[in-house]
Amino acid sequence: MSGENGAIHAQLKGVTRVYPAAAGHSPVHALGPVDLDLRMGEFFSVVGPSGCGKSTLLEILAGLQRPTQGTVTFEGRPVLGDVPDGLGVVFQEDASFPWLNVWDNVAFGLRRAGVSAAEVRRRVEDAVVFLGLRDFARAYPPQLSGGMRQRVCIARTLVLQPRLILLDEPFGALDAQTRLLMGEEVLRLWRSTGATVLLITHALDEAAMLSDRVGAMSARPGRFLDIIATGWMRERDSTIVREPAFAEITGRLWENLRGESMKALGHSGGIAAQ
Amino acid sequence: MIATRRAVDTLAIAIVLILMWQALHHLVGETALPGPVPTLTYLARLITTGRFAANAAATATAFAAALLLAYAIGLAIGVWMGAHGLSGAVGEPILVALYSLPKITLYPMILLIFGLGISGRTAFGALHGILPVALLTMAAIRNISPVHLRTARSMRLSSWQTVMMVLFPAMLPEVISGLRIGLTVTLLGVLLAEMFAAKQGLGFLIMNAMSLLQTQEMIAVAVFLFTFAALANALLLWLEHRLHRRV
Amino acid sequence: MTPVAWIRLLVITVAIGALEGACRFGLIDRRVMVPPSDMVASLAAILRSGSINGDIVQTLGVIAAAAALAVVLGFALGLFVHALPRLRAGLDPLFATYYAVPIFIFYPVLIAIFGLSLVPILLIGVATALVAMIIATLNGLDRVPPVLSKVARVHRMGTVATALRLQLPAAAPYLFTGVKLSVSYAFIAVIASEFILAPSGLGRDIADAYADFNNSRMYALMLFLLITATFVNMALHAWDLRWAARRGREPS
Repeated sequence: MSGENGAIHAQLKGVTRVYPAAAGHSPVHALGPVDLDLRMGEFFSVVGPSGCGKSTLLEILAGLQRPTQGTVTFEGRPVLGDVPDGLGVVFQEDASFPWLNVWDNVAFGLRRAGVSAAEVRRRVEDAVVFLGLRDFARAYPPQLSGGMRQRVCIARTLVLQPRLILLDEPFGALDAQTRLLMGEEVLRLWRSTGATVLLITHALDEAAMLSDRVGAMSARPGRFLDIIATGWMRERDSTIVREPAFAEITGRLWENLRGESMKALGHSGGIAAQ
Repeated sequence: MIATRRAVDTLAIAIVLILMWQALHHLVGETALPGPVPTLTYLARLITTGRFAANAAATATAFAAALLLAYAIGLAIGVWMGAHGLSGAVGEPILVALYSLPKITLYPMILLIFGLGISGRTAFGALHGILPVALLTMAAIRNISPVHLRTARSMRLSSWQTVMMVLFPAMLPEVISGLRIGLTVTLLGVLLAEMFAAKQGLGFLIMNAMSLLQTQEMIAVAVFLFTFAALANALLLWLEHRLHRRV
Repeated sequence: MTPVAWIRLLVITVAIGALEGACRFGLIDRRVMVPPSDMVASLAAILRSGSINGDIVQTLGVIAAAAALAVVLGFALGLFVHALPRLRAGLDPLFATYYAVPIFIFYPVLIAIFGLSLVPILLIGVATALVAMIIATLNGLDRVPPVLSKVARVHRMGTVATALRLQLPAAAPYLFTGVKLSVSYAFIAVIASEFILAPSGLGRDIADAYADFNNSRMYALMLFLLITATFVNMALHAWDLRWAARRGREPS
């Protein structure tokens, strides 16, 4: 059971993100302050209402954005505006390259890393089979469904054997059942690679099912309200939704987040608090 | 506030261009490329001469006639092809193919048909302008939403009223776009004709100045034409934007 | 072929037939136009004799060179301007007006600077085509999904690698539109230059034939240019269709 007792893989300390004032608007306090210790090999999810800054958190951790305040470290070294080696990201939007077929998409990063052709072939083949894309290896992304394109992006990240994998709402565009099944795939991946995984999602059940720990984030500016340890065993799949513990965990998450979600809605003129 | 910043940026670019002109002048020498200040002073004087006025009038006449023809014929073809489904379907690929043909290739034929005088220059100019006007008018008519037509019928408008109060305003922005492009290419057509085989007009002035090695006059006239075309285009663009905002 | 296509073929055939008939039966004077069949025969003879091969190579060569230069330079400049939003905002009016003004009027200025050779022709060709490519590049880069730039950074790609292996392929459909326009504009500018004043070339040949009242030769050469232009346009269009099908979008 990985989780609270492992070594620290990545760390955020006192991180805030404030977008400076643009023409005619005041500065936007998007995130923080946030503290987060990611343990080696754990599966950590961040759940929160829309606009709370979850994606910003992920991008800061990845080095795609710099925090306004606070420090970010990965494997003991500070992250300073460049994406460190050993870190993979799967984005919310479809990031597959429409001009390359599935095989070339997956091989893209590997080829650039100067890996031998034989090794490229081996790793891409493994990833493509693992993600059920073998029959579509020569197809182009515009010919595939949204879910398959996301799998291409995941495969592309996987072949580089990242030690920390960041997933930003990767299943946003999929229907509920497909999401559950894709969740199982991600668990398989996590187990077979032994990587640390950070998943951003707005779906409570997804977070509760997949994770070792779940961070519930407040409405903007996002801060962690609670971090819940699920205690699941490593060999889990979607059938754990039947466990009583599952309902408890989702219940606790919703307790934390109900008020925050209403706040988030209120920002766009929604339902009055009851 | 953004508008003034944009204007300042553009002004800055304009100044940079003039400075580059000055630099190029130093690089290639007086006879090849006179500097901006002497050229613009020369232009200021040139505009007042009778010689310039006569040639400008010749170009203006040919241009105006060509434009009128291009608009009239272009609009007629565009309306017919837009309104009459079969003609449009048959004709559009032909028009598109003709549009992408370099019409400069047909110039000698125009000369043979219309002669070297003003009719030749007018015809060549009009030839350029007809196609974009026709194509864009056709598109404008096809893009009229059927619901607008149904609304007109439900209000029992007469044909004339339907055209004036519904069709015309709906088509206007796109048609103006066609007219603007038509103006640009018609001017180009007329000037090309003058540069090749005319004894009058601003295009002729440029070629004549070149043969007499009067680089100042050559560039001065070119700058004049450049400014005129830029202003005319800006005016029509502004009109287009006003209309698009209304629609 | 669809009924509409048949009608179109009929219309074109009838038009050419009418032209042929009008010329043959004296409705159109021989000094104005020769019958289309005559044009084709003349062209065949000229091509067989090989007398204009040099000019064909030169003219088409200059056009190709001008288009190629405009495409490469236009892409590079487009990349540069795209990365500097304030510069782009300042240049916007210039880009909007560029094709409204007849840049070609500066051709004689180029002759004055560089002398009567292929250089001013090449330069005016590049100048005419360049801005179309820049505008197409800007459009294309605008449409690269922002997520792809983030992917480039995750893969730790440098500026050049990002430009060539990511932005270029992502913007390719729009860049291709720029290529088509560049070829068109280069063609027009070079032929116009050769008509007006040039040491040699197909345009110069046509101008000479005109001056010599040699209508057969003049029309034959004009026909050659038209066929070449149409052929190139069709080839580029077909290429566009193939790419578009693969990328799952409409060809422009």
